[in-house]
Amino acid sequence: METHKAKRVEITIELVMQSRLTEALQAADVTGYTIIPVLGGSGRSGDWSRSGQVSRGQGMVQVICIIRPECLDKLLEAAFSVVERHIGVVSITDCDVLRAERF
Amino acid sequence: MTDIFALAAQNLLSPIVLSFVLGLGSALARSDLSIPEAAAKALSIYLLFAIGFKGGVSVADHGVDLSLGLSLLAGIVLSALLPLVAFQLLRVLSKMDRLNAAAVAGHYGSISIVTFVAATSVLEGQGLPSEGYMVAVAAAMEAPAILSALWLVSRGNGGAGRMDSKLWREVMLNGSIVLLVGAFMIGWITGPKGLAEIESFIVSPFKGVLCLFLLDMGLLAGRGMQSGRKALGFGSVAFGILMPLAGSMFGLGAGVLLGLSTGGTMLMMVLSASASYIAVPAAMRVALPEANPSIYLTLSLGVTFPFNLVLGIPLYLVIAQAVTG
Repeated sequence: METHKAKRVEITIELVMQSRLTEALQAADVTGYTIIPVLGGSGRSGDWSRSGQVSRGQGMVQVICIIRPECLDKLLEAAFSVVERHIGVVSITDCDVLRAERF
Repeated sequence: MTDIFALAAQNLLSPIVLSFVLGLGSALARSDLSIPEAAAKALSIYLLFAIGFKGGVSVADHGVDLSLGLSLLAGIVLSALLPLVAFQLLRVLSKMDRLNAAAVAGHYGSISIVTFVAATSVLEGQGLPSEGYMVAVAAAMEAPAILSALWLVSRGNGGAGRMDSKLWREVMLNGSIVLLVGAFMIGWITGPKGLAEIESFIVSPFKGVLCLFLLDMGLLAGRGMQSGRKALGFGSVAFGILMPLAGSMFGLGAGVLLGLSTGGTMLMMVLSASASYIAVPAAMRVALPEANPSIYLTLSLGVTFPFNLVLGIPLYLVIAQAVTG
């Protein structure tokens, strides 16, 4: 089956910043993304778990975008403007998709 | 003095405090006991609705006068003023930098609604009435402290904190405030007749639900203590105990000046003594992301909240009774 090259961008960010990030992505014409809750983790700011939080400010989510390679720079600029000062991780991987017209 | 010990002992052995202690002890002993996230959310929705509704009914029953507006104004002023006191006290007691000290200070101007709910429960147990509109005062005290914290930061480095319109809307319309004020309005509109219709739901189960919620809060406080203990020094911990005592004195002054009842004065002290761990941390993560959340969350949730719940509330009640007669 024919596949097409794409970029998968995973942005792990604080829940409180989620709407700001997705608004920035949409403004950069990235209209397709998936948001999943993060159960827990550990990093420079210490470890935490979703079940141990009392405030929405402490939760984390992961925003996953799969885009055409030529759209990557625009997406990263938009994302960076939001996540620059905040806890989180941005990673980019190559992937293949079946239906290129959907991305 | 005997009164303080008697009331403290009575408070310590109440199901509410013992439930909190159970949660705290379980977390510190690293038990896997936990309250599911959705269940904890449902418990908090119930408590906010019940306390807001009952406050509204009380206002409908006793009528509205100038003291409601003045109490709201006093709450806003206290919320804006207390961070300045907290900031200075923290800088004296610890070597915390300006950014983190300002972030912590913002938490101590805002309020803990769970402490407020626990205090109303103690008042009910003592048979002491309070002004129903204190619920509205609690809602009014959530946000001004955030502005004070950002102002404290901006004085130091020319504006590291950002309070844009989106954040402002999120703070003012956060779920807790909307539910609390909304339930207050429903209680006010429907009055005692409305309360009679749902009394079996929001009055009788209240303390049992509060016990379960405080069990969860104990778990959270204990886990917060474990994960954040390295972030705090002796001076910071001392601040977490001294600041509520100082804040309560401001609340006492406001209660006496406003001519509030003993119960109302005690609640004003509790509001001034408590520290936020819901609305303000979320706002600080957006506006001051460089501030360390381990410091302000551990202080407000792991030090001040347990102190107020176990010792502060009975102490404030005895002081309010002694001063207001």
